[in-house]
Amino acid sequence: MDVTVKIKRYDPESNNADYVWQEYPIAIDENATVLDALIQIREDDDGTLSLRCSCRSAICGSCAMKINGQGGLACKTKASESMDKDGVIRVEPAGNMDTVKDLVADFDMFWNKIREIEPYLQPEGEVPDGEYVVSNESMLHLSAVTACILCGACVSDCTVLEVDKSFLGPAALAKAYRFTADPRDGNEDGVSRDRLKVLGQPSGMWDCTRCNMCVQVCPKGVAPMDRIMAMHDQAIEAGYGNNNGARHADAFIESVGHTGRLDELRLPVKTVGITNIPALLGFAPVGWRAMTHGKLPPLIHKSVEDVQIIRNLYRKLEQ
Amino acid sequence: MLEHDVLVVGAGLAGMRAAIAARDSGANAAIISKVHPVRSHSNAAQGGINAALTDRGDNWEDHAYDTIKGSDFLGDQDAIEVMCRAAGQSLIDMEHMGVTFNRDDEGKLGTRAFGGQRVARTFFVGDFTGQALLHVMFEQLVKSGVQSYEEWFVTSLIMEDGKISGVTALEIRTGQVHAIKAKTVILCTGGCGRLFEPSTNALIVTGDGMGLAYNVGARLMDMEMVQYHPTTIAGSGVLLSEAARGEGAYLRDRHGNRFMEKYAPNMMELASRDVVSRAEQTEINAGNGIDGCVHLDCTHLGERFIMEKLPQIRELGIDLTGKDMIKEPVPIRPGMHYIMGGIKTDIDGQTNIPGIYAAGECANVSVHGGNRLGANSLLDTIVFGERSGSHAADASKGVSFSNFNPDEVVANEERRLQEILDRPDNGDRWSKIRREMGDSMNRNVAVFRTKEGIEETIEELQGLKQRYSSVPVHNKGKVFNTDLIFALELGFMIDCAEAIAISALERKESRGAQFRLDYPNRDDDNWLKHIVVTQGELGPELSELPVTITKWTPEERKY
Repeated sequence: MDVTVKIKRYDPESNNADYVWQEYPIAIDENATVLDALIQIREDDDGTLSLRCSCRSAICGSCAMKINGQGGLACKTKASESMDKDGVIRVEPAGNMDTVKDLVADFDMFWNKIREIEPYLQPEGEVPDGEYVVSNESMLHLSAVTACILCGACVSDCTVLEVDKSFLGPAALAKAYRFTADPRDGNEDGVSRDRLKVLGQPSGMWDCTRCNMCVQVCPKGVAPMDRIMAMHDQAIEAGYGNNNGARHADAFIESVGHTGRLDELRLPVKTVGITNIPALLGFAPVGWRAMTHGKLPPLIHKSVEDVQIIRNLYRKLEQ
Repeated sequence: MLEHDVLVVGAGLAGMRAAIAARDSGANAAIISKVHPVRSHSNAAQGGINAALTDRGDNWEDHAYDTIKGSDFLGDQDAIEVMCRAAGQSLIDMEHMGVTFNRDDEGKLGTRAFGGQRVARTFFVGDFTGQALLHVMFEQLVKSGVQSYEEWFVTSLIMEDGKISGVTALEIRTGQVHAIKAKTVILCTGGCGRLFEPSTNALIVTGDGMGLAYNVGARLMDMEMVQYHPTTIAGSGVLLSEAARGEGAYLRDRHGNRFMEKYAPNMMELASRDVVSRAEQTEINAGNGIDGCVHLDCTHLGERFIMEKLPQIRELGIDLTGKDMIKEPVPIRPGMHYIMGGIKTDIDGQTNIPGIYAAGECANVSVHGGNRLGANSLLDTIVFGERSGSHAADASKGVSFSNFNPDEVVANEERRLQEILDRPDNGDRWSKIRREMGDSMNRNVAVFRTKEGIEETIEELQGLKQRYSSVPVHNKGKVFNTDLIFALELGFMIDCAEAIAISALERKESRGAQFRLDYPNRDDDNWLKHIVVTQGELGPELSELPVTITKWTPEERKY
């Protein structure tokens, strides 16, 4: 099978400070993965190509990169399914991080965020002599999260990190959930209060915009965003609902429950709180730009036609 | 100046366990690894970790006996006793650290059956136990505050008056060479599987520690004992866990027969790995296979069961063979997987070189002898990683650092590496030499071996060695120059390959993983002993060491 692998290359030592796209036309096996193709290039065609890879079986997490613009593991992506009509596969380093060389991304930020969540079990009660006795279901639930191989595909494609590098990001937050949901972590009831409090701070769990990108690109089915949302529930339940994120969620629910649609004008007000004058003033420039571009939401918020149906739905949910 | 009481090379399970133990014993410990710790190959252990828990009616002696029988009586029984006694506490420790082990109905740790063992004593996290353990060990490493040199490649061991005084290392990201002083060095660099082609092993498994130690006079022992795993995917050689058979999968030939009836009527598919691999290869050679494979059949286990117990290997099967094991059998065959041999150590991880320790797959304590039982390798890494770390920490107390001049050492090493980079670009690259070596090893030093075959490989290795001495490196840069790293790794691999081949030629009997068609029987009178390889002036030299037998007398091995 003939394929052209188009690699975004970057060499910090060359005179050319920018990246270049280089094409490698090669013949590969029908079953070959994108990683197989890259290894073949490295071994047979071009020894100067740098990438990280090791296990070839989606367990070490080394080979996360962008394939045709989307984050994923090269070893878990079939070459035959990645070619465009001209037989081209585009490969570039993981996003949201600097590039060290070629397909090698600088993962320092990634590991720092993992370290930031204090990634180790912190039981507050007494440690038993034998194992902790916990349900199999609780462990299976956690194992679906600990299946995360820290490859960074989710971080590469996270739309929040794209604009705010301080965000903890999907991988670290999913890792955090692995502890907050562990019956052995936290107090005797398995509630990790301290963690939930810290994770609720700015740049934490409430900064996720639920774009679902991390769920889509995760090669291990970890579904980071779903874990983040489950953590929201844990936080509110633990009494950490008095913050922008939780209020934002409440305002969402309230608005839709009342009128059947989002009241975009009042949403930010309710999120930061009506008495929070500095934050409200902070919205002024956005409001002004919206108005001058004709994008200001209507001042009078009307209900949708069949709002009664939605209200009934809410009632049923509450029951 | 970088200096540490205990410097651990390699950050897999053994390495991280050693570093944490050293730190807990009060040492200034550090860990250095060519990949980030969670990228290490311990990840690949799928099936589980063995331990005999007394509250489950099991006992360590039974575990020890199964291990010794599995080893074909070549394992040192004192070391096996140490491992099996420590297993229970090591397992509970890992659980307390946060491993999400599967549970039984009462919420206690659940078990699964594994090959070569009479009771189910394998504890597991789905079918990614190694990854689960490795990540938790990394969490503990973060917690411990041990200094970690990530993506640093150790290029040589620095010796002074016959004892270790430090290492030189290449910082991969910058290309800078460093000298690190150390009172003790613990090698935890894993096996050398990539010198076979194909292999289940990750691309980083290149015998670095074995090569480094061998080059300063350490003993490599039982190197002929190379495990071929019964269930690997054709082509890439990627592993499908023994957990599949542990959970009830069948092996079938092209006619649909469960051929293990002929070879191990009692244990069937769960006989020891060497036995199952030989049976498969025999059937394939007799024309009863399917395109050089036999079938691993899980279809009777049901979708729900497979999704709970074997989710990852089902994915692997789909990704790499296009077969969904819920619906159809997956073609598999024996493939190189593990080396029982390695750097000879005592039960505290000490080698014959003062200050150098080894633990994990690169070491040979020896607990696996001629054949390792599935799920004993994770246990080995944790038990002996911990023992090495503690011992090295104690041994470094009251010892002062060497006063070698680091600038001088760095300059010498830089010169050596520059000479390699400056070689002309003609001649075969490392990749071609490695593939030829891998093919030769897999052809002649595999499941079935003969004098003629092994000799052919030894001769081929001499030629490859010659070509290696002038191997070019195409990438001349400093930053992330993996081309240079691979060339250096190949040197370690060739040394290991030679040690494996000459040991296999030397052992004129069949025991464990070594099956000689020209000597098909086990011969306790002449060969109940370890074969040792050390580096002599003119090449490798062979010697012998006795097998330690405590209370289990060698007997005929049947499953």
